[in-house]
Amino acid sequence: MSTYEPTETLDVKGLSCPMPVVKTRGAVDDLESGEILQVVATDSGSMSDLKGWADSTDGVSMLDQEEAEEDGDAVFRHLIQKE
Amino acid sequence: MSSDADAPVDAGAASVEDLRAQVQALQEEVSDLREATDDDGQKSMTIIATKGTLDMAYPPLILASTAAAFGWDVVVFHTFWGLDILHEEKSKNLKLSAVGNPSMPMPNAVAALPFMDNVATSMMEKKIQENGTATVEELIETSLDMGVDLQACQMTIELMGYDEAEFYDGVTTGVGAATALQHMADADVQLMI
Repeated sequence: MSTYEPTETLDVKGLSCPMPVVKTRGAVDDLESGEILQVVATDSGSMSDLKGWADSTDGVSMLDQEEAEEDGDAVFRHLIQKE
Repeated sequence: MSSDADAPVDAGAASVEDLRAQVQALQEEVSDLREATDDDGQKSMTIIATKGTLDMAYPPLILASTAAAFGWDVVVFHTFWGLDILHEEKSKNLKLSAVGNPSMPMPNAVAALPFMDNVATSMMEKKIQENGTATVEELIETSLDMGVDLQACQMTIELMGYDEAEFYDGVTTGVGAATALQHMADADVQLMI
């Protein structure tokens, strides 16, 4: 995860489907080509959903995903690059 | 074994001319077909939303906003009770039915009591809030922001006695079954909810 330096971070903690994907779309639209967005979510479904979204959407790629712990809660971090 | 159709091609000069003409005709046909299918890789989805209960408002709106995030061209055609989802006032007061739902933690005889729909609705609303699930209103605003075409069937607007001004700004009115079918015919995904 540390090998990529995110340009922006989107915090969608506490939000559930479909908001993590929907808000990620909006945040990616604001990026320049080559920039990286870090999405931090608490929705465990975001692991599959954001991967699926990135894989079938033109112009974005999922660089990395990881599950971590923050203040005792599980958080899911996603690194998405705008191509 | 041999027939005119699969006879070997005559390599004479006239045949080469014929083949050139055939190749050109085929190229034109392919080009026309490409244009006709307008295939820029964009997928398209049409959803017909017919229900106006709190639980049934979610699937069309969640799928529509997510599909818009995928860059799809999305139409949700709301008809009959599905209109209530787009009705600014009614959408904030959608109810959950306690009767006829085996997932409810109560027998139908109890669920049929006059106040039980309100109890079930309050329970659901509390869960929605606790879970960080978006409200119906938020999903409508989000869908509209993302370019989803939320359509309100004109015939049922009149049948239900609604006024076009009562719907959210950005909702398409003045459309009917033909408009929905036209979009469905070209859509990759068609759903009736």
